Amino acid sequence: MTLANLAVGSKAMVTRVAGRDAVSKRLMEMGVVPGVWIRVIKTAPFGDPIEIRLKGYNLAMRRNEAESIEVSE
Amino acid sequence: MSKAHGTNEADRSVGTDHRTASMNVPKAADHQVTIAIAGNPNAGKTTLFNALTGLRQKVANYPGVTVERKEGRWRFDAGLEPARLIDLPGLYSLDATSLDELLAREVLMGRMKDLPKPDLIIAVVDATNLERNLYLVTQLIEFSIPVVIALTMVDLAEKLHLEIDADKLSEMMRIPVVSVKARSKSGLEEITSAVRKIVVEGKEADPFWIGASEANEPSDEIHLSLTDNEAANRQIFARYNFISDVYQESVRTSDSERADISEKIDSVLTHRFFGLVILIGILLLVFQTIFSWAALPMDLLDRGFGSLGEFVRADLPPGVFTDLLVDGVIAGVGGVLVFLPQILLLFLFISLLEDTGYMARAAFLLDKLMSRVGLHGKAFLPLMSSFACAIPGIMATRTIENRRDRLATILIAPFMSCSARLPVYALMIAAFFAGQTVLGIVSVGAVLMLAMYSLGIAVAVVVAFILKKTLLKSPPPPFVMELPPYRLPNLRTVIQNMVTRAWLFLKRAGTVILAISIILWALMYFPRTEPAVSGMGAEAGQKAAHLESSYAGMLGKSIEPVITPLGYDWKIGVAIIASFAAREVLVSTLSIIYNAGEDEPENSPTLVSAIREAKHADGSKVWTPLTALSLMVFFVLAMQCMSTLAVVRRETNSWLWPAFMFGYMTVIAYAAAFLTYQGGKFLGFS
Repeated sequence: MTLANLAVGSKAMVTRVAGRDAVSKRLMEMGVVPGVWIRVIKTAPFGDPIEIRLKGYNLAMRRNEAESIEVSE
Repeated sequence: MSKAHGTNEADRSVGTDHRTASMNVPKAADHQVTIAIAGNPNAGKTTLFNALTGLRQKVANYPGVTVERKEGRWRFDAGLEPARLIDLPGLYSLDATSLDELLAREVLMGRMKDLPKPDLIIAVVDATNLERNLYLVTQLIEFSIPVVIALTMVDLAEKLHLEIDADKLSEMMRIPVVSVKARSKSGLEEITSAVRKIVVEGKEADPFWIGASEANEPSDEIHLSLTDNEAANRQIFARYNFISDVYQESVRTSDSERADISEKIDSVLTHRFFGLVILIGILLLVFQTIFSWAALPMDLLDRGFGSLGEFVRADLPPGVFTDLLVDGVIAGVGGVLVFLPQILLLFLFISLLEDTGYMARAAFLLDKLMSRVGLHGKAFLPLMSSFACAIPGIMATRTIENRRDRLATILIAPFMSCSARLPVYALMIAAFFAGQTVLGIVSVGAVLMLAMYSLGIAVAVVVAFILKKTLLKSPPPPFVMELPPYRLPNLRTVIQNMVTRAWLFLKRAGTVILAISIILWALMYFPRTEPAVSGMGAEAGQKAAHLESSYAGMLGKSIEPVITPLGYDWKIGVAIIASFAAREVLVSTLSIIYNAGEDEPENSPTLVSAIREAKHADGSKVWTPLTALSLMVFFVLAMQCMSTLAVVRRETNSWLWPAFMFGYMTVIAYAAAFLTYQGGKFLGFS
């Protein structure tokens, strides 16, 4: 399951960060590393991007990027 | 609370590799000390930089690129020469994937020309967002440069029930930690003495490297991406593991998952419906301000320089020098300063929107819409501002981090119909479409006006799409954007930002605009001819005759064959050349050339009838409604504005992009006007 499939409000743990090098690297630098817990806050009015919370801060990303983050609830 | 904390030599074995480094010992006071300030965006870096340097700062570009380099003087010790304080761009990482990161890395490695390797780094760390902020610090400590952590937002962290043990943090990171509240100036003394201690005592850097050791291997159930990047990703993972240990040891928290104030504010501001309504409201306010409220000071400036010109002319003997001074220099300076109200007001809003954290929300709300044409959500505000004027609009693109996204936005911004085009549209409508209606109620003028605005937007969308597929093609940069907590803006930072922008405009773009105004003046002034006509109305006739025989007149005549297919004669050609100074100049130039008097407003009956009655040599009318339409289309799309080109030159740091912009916009404008005129004739219109 990827972050893109998660419902708004649900919490999950990141298990794997894949995707293009630039994407996975940037995501991990921002703290989206395997083992971290995230919560989906909301989606933007037109359905994209999405907002998540991790490590005490809020991060927005497009669904494209969210698809490269594997999670388990 | 004790504010400065010493370092501890205890060797932490959590996946760290401690090497003793004896390189780069800052020798006290025998050279000017260079200090770099590094930190995440929104960590309070600018506030600290301003608090330390005051007004002693300057902004330049890094050589060859558009990234700004902010530098100031900081008198950290009364007995020493003030330090050079370098404000690095806001960074999340130093891995050199973005231009900002690459430049910061070059600075820290001492590879920048005219900038010595820093003697010290002040790492600005946001206490409310400790883990992600410390990530950058784990990279900074590897440069063999002493690092001091300035812990900001401590008061906000306390409100969030985050208790940070600065001593423990300092011990584990092996560098001094100082709590700073730059706004209330508390902690500035402490950071000064921490820095002084390192510089004067010549304390050595204590670098250590966090590697992917056994302890940092991910456990079985979690996997890192198995790509070429694996090594790099393992490294990032190891750093966060180390940080996680530091966090657990040095931070006590009671309820971390409590919905904070920002989330409550966001339940309204990024709400599906209300969020958009409020966003539109805010954008309208910004637009209203730069479109109409800036008009009053602009008008005053305009009139002020007009009177100054008259005053000077009255006091000096008539002649070339006086004309140059009045019509060239004073009018040119006025033409530069007239942009200041819009720039100041727009940057007031941008600073407020950025510093409060709202700008990221606006980008969040609009990203889907803008990404359809390959643009970033943050492109919206600059593009909308360009409807008032492309100058502040293009300057506002600096909020877009990605270079290609930013260039694409700059290149399409001038298609937004700015306020200087309004007099052109108004004159054409007054002369040929006044009083006509469609379906009996809607005025043709209103329809045309709407059509011109829409044409600009449509062409911009198409061009943006093509640019992103060709010239500015790149894998889409990951859209990963922090939504920073809402914070009250710092008035001083806001004002400083406005002043800096205004000053940079005057210094970089202003000089170019002034130079081109003088060139344009000379083109219309020389060569001088003897007055031939006298008597009633002679002055206006003289002016027209003079313009005809000037270089601009000759130029107009020489381009006549090229513009005839668009329906224009040489007089319109001269007006187009003159309006390169500013689009609305078309109106005053046509007034001169048709002997209607110089200062006729765009709906002046004299000017309107002069245009309607103008005839070719063979007696046929020069202007038809189709000519007017063709000219309006040309003005929507052509790059008829030297000030915009000057600002693009300044913002892209090269003449290449303004040249490209001028070229491609002129081609599109010519083609569209050609299609309008020839197509219209083919369909039987006149």
